[in-house]
Amino acid sequence: MARITRDEVLHVARLARIELSDDEVAKFQEQLANILEAVSKVSELDLSDVPPTAHPLEIANAWAEDVPRDCLPLDEVFANAPDRDGDYFRTPPA
Amino acid sequence: MTVDTLRLSAEEANGLLTRREASSDEIYRAYLDAIGERDPELHAFLYVCENDPGEGIPIAVKDVIGTRGIPTTAGSKILESYIPVYDSTVIANCRERGLRVIGKTNTDEFAMGSSTENSAFGPSHNPWDPSRVPGGSGGGSAAAVSAGLAPWALGSDTGGSIKQPAALCGHVGLRPTYGTVSRYGVVAFASSLDQVGPVARNVRDCAFLYSVISGRDENDSTTVDVPAVELPTAEDLKGLRIGVPKEMNGAAGIEGGVTAAVQSALELAESLGASVEECSLPRSVDYGVACYYLVAPAEASANLARYDGVRYGLRDDGADFREMVMKTRDAGLGDEPKRRIMIGAYALSAGYYDAYYGTAQKVRTVIKREHDALFERFDVLVSPTSPTVAFPIGAKIDDPVAMYMNDVLTIPSCMAGLPGLNIPCGLSEGLPVGLQLIGPQFGENTIFRAAHALEQAIGFDVVPERLR
Repeated sequence: MARITRDEVLHVARLARIELSDDEVAKFQEQLANILEAVSKVSELDLSDVPPTAHPLEIANAWAEDVPRDCLPLDEVFANAPDRDGDYFRTPPA
Repeated sequence: MTVDTLRLSAEEANGLLTRREASSDEIYRAYLDAIGERDPELHAFLYVCENDPGEGIPIAVKDVIGTRGIPTTAGSKILESYIPVYDSTVIANCRERGLRVIGKTNTDEFAMGSSTENSAFGPSHNPWDPSRVPGGSGGGSAAAVSAGLAPWALGSDTGGSIKQPAALCGHVGLRPTYGTVSRYGVVAFASSLDQVGPVARNVRDCAFLYSVISGRDENDSTTVDVPAVELPTAEDLKGLRIGVPKEMNGAAGIEGGVTAAVQSALELAESLGASVEECSLPRSVDYGVACYYLVAPAEASANLARYDGVRYGLRDDGADFREMVMKTRDAGLGDEPKRRIMIGAYALSAGYYDAYYGTAQKVRTVIKREHDALFERFDVLVSPTSPTVAFPIGAKIDDPVAMYMNDVLTIPSCMAGLPGLNIPCGLSEGLPVGLQLIGPQFGENTIFRAAHALEQAIGFDVVPERLR
């Protein structure tokens, strides 16, 4: 059984910027341990001479013409914003 | 003119239009009526468009695909109020052909799941038996096409989300070759795997819709030029070399009724002139699911970082920025995205990167090479699409790992970037069984030809028995 501690669950939740309740921490600790055990299977293979694949197509340098195009009007850019202040998205203070 | 939405293919619906036997509005209205009649039971749609503009026939659209002015939630509370201000490229392509969006279909949240039970807005139901799942994540599009609520639909497939629902609901679905269909304007899950594709009642409709949505798009730099699509007409399979990977046809958990239906289809293929030979993908099936559930969550953890309550979507209160972001994501994301984001963050984090993500990327190379080698000898590979027929709602929802195994047969070719298509090949316990045809990169035309000939020979009735 791959183990993940309570502190590790809280650590990845912080990395992922997700607040978890105590109940969620307990539930996810068990579920993440089961998932990690299942995916740990990848370590069984001898992969010493195998390069990684990040992407299934062998394309590189897909250039675009460096030509300016129209942008969305600002009112549309902000149409879904939870909080707008003029031409800025407003958030609580950092 | 009555428009029989249960029976009409898209090609036939379009025929009514071009022969002026029915107007675009009459056809659209007929599908709206069908939705009004059957969707309260099926919950295929999250949003129904009362009168989308256009001169052509309707299309249903999975709710991860952005539609200007029409809500696009990805099945998530965090996007419940989101209304895109631009069309995705695939929708723009559909609109150029006059297609009218009839509604947005249900999906597991952020396309993460294989039953639609992970939708924040409740599951969809299988038209063959509403106590069962329609598959997922594209269960809404699948249920809509199966029950005649739309002549065809768009889905998206990361590890099986078009093919598996098509199998469980008994119709045709194509996951195209990676890079042939633009992802611009589509809610991102795992960008090296996500592909939009057609969901249809028959192979010709599927091929036509693929021709509408595919092709290079300057807004998605992973797209490439695509060979011209040939609408299939072949009735035989002369000269076709079919490979039957033994690991995909003998995997643990494949139901007897599924194996029997696939075997009959293979015998039929031989009688149509194909050569059928056993072959092997020794590591792709054994290691595919583990590889996928590292690569996809890793990419998801990066892609879903954008849901921070700042520019669009839900925002929860917080005394400072960090607290606002963390509360927003806790309130807005369901359990499955949370699990996958955390698994991804873990697999990418310092100290674990090489052991998990780095290793999974190497396994991906192994899987790709195994498939490439088989396509030196074969034109298509065949297996069941799903190890089981549609399972009861609730049967697997509390066991994420068991749920992940639904995709054991669809995942390997997705990791390799290859096209795969489902056609129905029979019934088991009164429920549809799906046959998966996998082709080489850009091998869509070969798959369409083979699937069309098989479809004609099998003669499967795609209308669910209880609706006939």
